[in-house]
Amino acid sequence: MGRKTIFFSNLREAGKPEQTETGKLMDWIANLLIPLIKSLILVIGLLVGFAYMTWAERKLCARFQLRYGPNRAGPFGLLQPVADAFKAIFKEEAIFGQVHSKVIYVIAPGISLAAALLAFAVVPVGPTINSFQVFGFQVPDISLHLAADVNIGVLYLFAIAGLGTYGIVLGGWSSNNKYSLLGALRTTAQLISYELPMGLAIVSVLLLSESLSLVKIVEKQAVLPFVVLQPVAALIYLICGLAETNRSPFDLPETENELVSGFATEYGGIKFAVFFMAEYINMIVVSAVTATLFLGGWQWPAFLADLHPLIAVGLFFVKTAFVLFLFVWIRASLPRVRYDKLMKFCWKFLFPLALVNLAVTAVVVALLPG
Amino acid sequence: MLSDYTFIGIFVVVAIAFPIIALALAFFVRPKKPDAVKSSTYECGLETIGETWVQFRVQYYVYALVFVVFDIETVFLYPWAVAYNKLGLFALVEMFIFLAILVGGLIYAWRKGALEWV
Repeated sequence: MGRKTIFFSNLREAGKPEQTETGKLMDWIANLLIPLIKSLILVIGLLVGFAYMTWAERKLCARFQLRYGPNRAGPFGLLQPVADAFKAIFKEEAIFGQVHSKVIYVIAPGISLAAALLAFAVVPVGPTINSFQVFGFQVPDISLHLAADVNIGVLYLFAIAGLGTYGIVLGGWSSNNKYSLLGALRTTAQLISYELPMGLAIVSVLLLSESLSLVKIVEKQAVLPFVVLQPVAALIYLICGLAETNRSPFDLPETENELVSGFATEYGGIKFAVFFMAEYINMIVVSAVTATLFLGGWQWPAFLADLHPLIAVGLFFVKTAFVLFLFVWIRASLPRVRYDKLMKFCWKFLFPLALVNLAVTAVVVALLPG
Repeated sequence: MLSDYTFIGIFVVVAIAFPIIALALAFFVRPKKPDAVKSSTYECGLETIGETWVQFRVQYYVYALVFVVFDIETVFLYPWAVAYNKLGLFALVEMFIFLAILVGGLIYAWRKGALEWV
């Protein structure tokens, strides 16, 4: 008896460190696997979002112009994006002969797309779903803030948004085409100019939120979304968002009637599709960030958001979709601006306006604590 | 906090891998029938004349210079805005002095015509 007990206790003791080893390994795998699954879901989600954004835009633009839009592939043309994807993949590209640098020419669209995807990493989609049971299986807490509390969220967004410019500039530069070069130059000047009022508009939001973390910014808006407190900043942000994503009426980098397609003139097939994807995913990111910074993200209105985490996520998506609809609406309504007016508008109107807005906000926040 | 950066790190890898996969996939499946006309520079059907790297307006460069100044200003404003409520009146006055200097710079650039598109 005695020996047996000793044997088993020995075995238990021998088993223990081994178990913690496997436990550690499991933790380690979980620490890597969960972010991996999250990022795959995020990338696929953004791709589906991109595909159906193109569909929705074509449908909406058609309706604005009393046309039908895509309606052949599938019901309501819903399979059109799939057909477009296959077309892009199987399309021949024969423009290697002329480019300045093959390497830069090929990786430029990739840089654009990677930067566009990366920007979404810090946008909180929804609150944390507390752990629940499905078929007797305990599901752990699922945090729907994808990268929950990165305390430099806004700075990260800015840094990544700046990277996206490189793709366009390098693409236009390496194409060995005058249109592309001019398109790339315009893009550089336009994107860097509109970054300034955008940054200042966000600074006035930061004065209210007292944090760079997007989650904290959303939580601050449970009572009142910042668009009510900062209507000017919201407007400036939206206008700059249009300019930063090269959307009409600020689509000077790709003006069809003077630069053919701007930086993308020499791109075709999948490479053009990748640029196109980057542009639309940037649009989704700008809309999601607008929803987060100004429209209260998943938090407002609180009485709806508190019902269930999934309703909160729904709120976030509805707001993002609303901003995207605004993008399409503006495209369908406004003509393109002239380049000198574009720069004048930014430097002589938006930038001073953002400065004044910031100064007024600072004074008001100092006078009214809380 | 650390796991959030793990997520971003892994997301960086996935986000870089995705365009590579897309470009590589198309590289393997698309038809390749190059010829001299296809691979010439597109200029609406005309033969291209001269160098691609044409002279361009110096204005693009001036905008870039002005941008650098004010972008750094904006970055300096971020920590100020986040810590604003803890710093009190001192921060307000100091930031107004900082902004005033930069607004002076903006007015100077404006008067000198650096913001004109001539």
